[in-house]
Amino acid sequence: MPVIAALGCVAGLLAVSVLAVACGRMSAATRLVYGATLVVTATGLGVALLALASGPSQVTLPVGLPWLGAHFRLDALAAFFLVVVNLGGAAASLYGIGYGAHEHEPQRVLPFFPAFLAGMNLVVLADDAFAFLLSWEFMSLSSWALVMAHHREAGNARAGFVYILMASFGTLALLLAFGLLAGPEGGYAFDTMRAAHPPPVLAGLVLGLVLLGTGSKAGLVPLHVWLPLAHPAAPSHVSALMSGVMTKVAVYGFVRIVFDLLGPTAWWWGVPVLAVGGATAVLGVLYALMQDDLKRVLAYSTIENIGLVFVGLGLALAFDANGLPAAGALALTAALFHVFNHAQFKSILFFGAGAVLSATGERHLGRLGGLIHRMPATSIACLVACMAISALPPLNGFASEWLAFQAILLSPELSQWGLKLMVPAVGALLALSAALAAACFVRVFGITFLGRARSPVAAAAREVDRWSLSAMFILAALCVIAGLLPGLVIDGLAPVVQGLVGERMPRQLGDAWLSIVPVMESRSSYNGLLVLVFIAASASIAAFVIHRLASRAVRRAPAWDCGFPNADPATQYTASSFAQPIRRVFGSSVFGARETVDMPPPGDLRPARFTVELRDFAWELIYTPIARAVAFLAERLNHLQFLTIRRYLSLVFFALISLLLMLAIWP
Amino acid sequence: MIADLLIQGTQMTLVLLLAPLLTGFVRKVKARFLRRRGPPLLQPYRDLIRLMRKEVVLAHNASWLFRIIPYLIFAGTWVAAALIPTFATGLMFSWTADLIAITALLGSARFFLALAGMDVGTSFGGIGSSREVMIASLAEPAMIMIVFTLALLAGSTQLSTVAGVMLSPTIGLRVSLGLALIALILVAIAENARIPIDNPATHLELTMVHEAMVLEYSGRHLAVIELAAALKLLLYVSLIACVFVPWGLAPAGATLGALLAGAALYVAKLAVGGFLLAVFETSIAKMRVFRVPDFLGVALMLGLLGTLLLFVSRSL
Repeated sequence: MPVIAALGCVAGLLAVSVLAVACGRMSAATRLVYGATLVVTATGLGVALLALASGPSQVTLPVGLPWLGAHFRLDALAAFFLVVVNLGGAAASLYGIGYGAHEHEPQRVLPFFPAFLAGMNLVVLADDAFAFLLSWEFMSLSSWALVMAHHREAGNARAGFVYILMASFGTLALLLAFGLLAGPEGGYAFDTMRAAHPPPVLAGLVLGLVLLGTGSKAGLVPLHVWLPLAHPAAPSHVSALMSGVMTKVAVYGFVRIVFDLLGPTAWWWGVPVLAVGGATAVLGVLYALMQDDLKRVLAYSTIENIGLVFVGLGLALAFDANGLPAAGALALTAALFHVFNHAQFKSILFFGAGAVLSATGERHLGRLGGLIHRMPATSIACLVACMAISALPPLNGFASEWLAFQAILLSPELSQWGLKLMVPAVGALLALSAALAAACFVRVFGITFLGRARSPVAAAAREVDRWSLSAMFILAALCVIAGLLPGLVIDGLAPVVQGLVGERMPRQLGDAWLSIVPVMESRSSYNGLLVLVFIAASASIAAFVIHRLASRAVRRAPAWDCGFPNADPATQYTASSFAQPIRRVFGSSVFGARETVDMPPPGDLRPARFTVELRDFAWELIYTPIARAVAFLAERLNHLQFLTIRRYLSLVFFALISLLLMLAIWP
Repeated sequence: MIADLLIQGTQMTLVLLLAPLLTGFVRKVKARFLRRRGPPLLQPYRDLIRLMRKEVVLAHNASWLFRIIPYLIFAGTWVAAALIPTFATGLMFSWTADLIAITALLGSARFFLALAGMDVGTSFGGIGSSREVMIASLAEPAMIMIVFTLALLAGSTQLSTVAGVMLSPTIGLRVSLGLALIALILVAIAENARIPIDNPATHLELTMVHEAMVLEYSGRHLAVIELAAALKLLLYVSLIACVFVPWGLAPAGATLGALLAGAALYVAKLAVGGFLLAVFETSIAKMRVFRVPDFLGVALMLGLLGTLLLFVSRSL
């Protein structure tokens, strides 16, 4: 039974966690724990891949609520997300073997790392509300502990605080959603929820609550505010798990509840999902472009990619409601394909950020530069990831984006005017976010790895160890393979999509030349492998002809730089100046950007100062008012602590009388 | 099969051979408008040959990426140009990549060019890359919206199919097609660094965009980049001709006579396109860098409007 094997892997992870508690202070603990986690998650990956092809399996354990037990189920959807979780977990474990050697207090990280992975696995396997929520909270708490691993560093404690608040809010929303789904009879098993179709109003309410609950964990705007604080605060391999994998577990929660448990789809369900997805995609990447901290850029980029996934899900909901199963299958495949893709290239990028951090001690882009000479292997892996996340052909990021665009082009068949007008606007937002993502990662790669070193630590950086490099290159190879042969992923997703929308994309791997066909070949097709062959052939022909006909002489000399000699590395473009044109175009409207230049008066010798202020309107419009309201109420209610005994007794008396009156009046 | 391969190969070779000529033609026409004789039509070929004979001067800290980027840019542009029908539809490999993929291939070339600008670590490289990605972040979504408009009209993103549908009488004149044409012209001007966005003839540092990114290139590397830039200009003119002026394109399985007629008409279309570009560039001044968003914002809005019209009604 695959589900029992998967639960066995979870038990293995928990055992590793206990082992880490026991021997966390030993010198060999890091290798022992990460090695064991690698073995268990690799096994889990194998189990998930087998389960993807086989039918669903189910088991009930006699723990949990007395009348319910704990239900676990492994179907195609769960198997796919188990692949994502365990693949990310295995890569992070492999990376952690090398990266973890730099940890000063490994006992703060080691017990919670396998626990975090166990929590994510359990969320995906859970088949009743109680097990789901318990696993969800376990996932949140263990990742919170990892965020707080370096709590003495400035900002990390606040990051942990904001994270636990938002995580609690998300869990509360999901609790309410499951309460509504369970109904008055309290049918908490997913099978029971599947069978009971709630009335439309209730279903809409559940959709809203699920969007809040899973959206806050995934990082949808405006619930995103914790993510760029928490993801950079954690150790880099944990950041990779949180950004690359945990956000996908949140997507799993949304898909499981909305596509599976909620029953028939209403047409308007797609509207809020599309709107939030499109806004999240553009705002996420614009914020990413404005950041000077390498890991924070990557965290905001995660917000953009989550927006892209939810756009695909919104389209799938719209098509499903309109009785267009082929289009729904295409949109859902695009969304899930992007889930898989983002898990790969975001993990590489966080591994790369961790490599840069361990090599230089710096995360600020303004102090990096020239690392392509000092860390050549890391730069290659990061370049592949930057190309993939920028959706450049023939890599995997382009394949899933291409599918999303094809799904949008099927949208005129939708019959509701709201959707008709919204979908092209969301398509424009998708295109805008793709272009801005390329700009963002030209900036990230260019400032970090190209140019000249902006600080002595960057000039003295050394390449990282083989474990770290292996993790990066394995995932980079996956990005290449999924881009060249996207039919493999699409056909692998077919059982998942079939189970959710009742239709699948046309079979891909039987096609000659391994092209992918979204609906039918006469409409459109794409072949990543041939594109690569053409580009490689063209480049080779060009290089061959050039080297045969042209001069081969090469001379090294100082950079031309329009004739200015010996310019200091400080004259290079910085991350902030690179973003300035885009900040000027979008900045004032999106984040109220304000640039001030403080020039000293004539004769004053102090330097001029240039300042950029950016505001996150989500904080100002939503969270700051809530915080002020809470502070105000707390201040007011604080007076209740200082009443006299007589007043306390009076309050007790009035409360008692009120309760008695309520009991008497209530029928 | 063999005939299809020959046609595909001929188209790929044709675009490569004609690209510098188109650039030379534009320069010649502009010079005549300014009452100058201007350089000969074949001068771009001579420039390329001269550059190839020169030695490459590399900055001390130029990386391996700096050296391979010219070939990547050229390959991406050439593959994209090869997939656009020039004198015949039904290209053998047109199913490999559609309009969206062609747009993304050009995005790849731009991505690498921007990285090249940053590699040596000079101020001017940074300013060029910074401005280039700003222009791209507006031009590329506009291009996607134009692709959407064409795809909704033709029912396909395959360029051969789009051209075939445009040739048929079912389409006729459309408001959305007009909007898409104007938007595509604006995007083409921006993407090729032509006036009023950029001035390909200048090396005035503070106004450079494209030239700033390639400032550190020399010798054969610069030759490859110049050839890729010429190829990109020809690509956009071909794209506009293929979609909006498709008459004369030989259908799949056409005779040799039809193919030759198509080729002749294609050269004529290139000449008309080059002439119009020269007229436009001569009659307008370069705009300041930070007015570019307004220019490209118009293209984006026109593309989106064209798409919206087709969502509202299939006959607009």
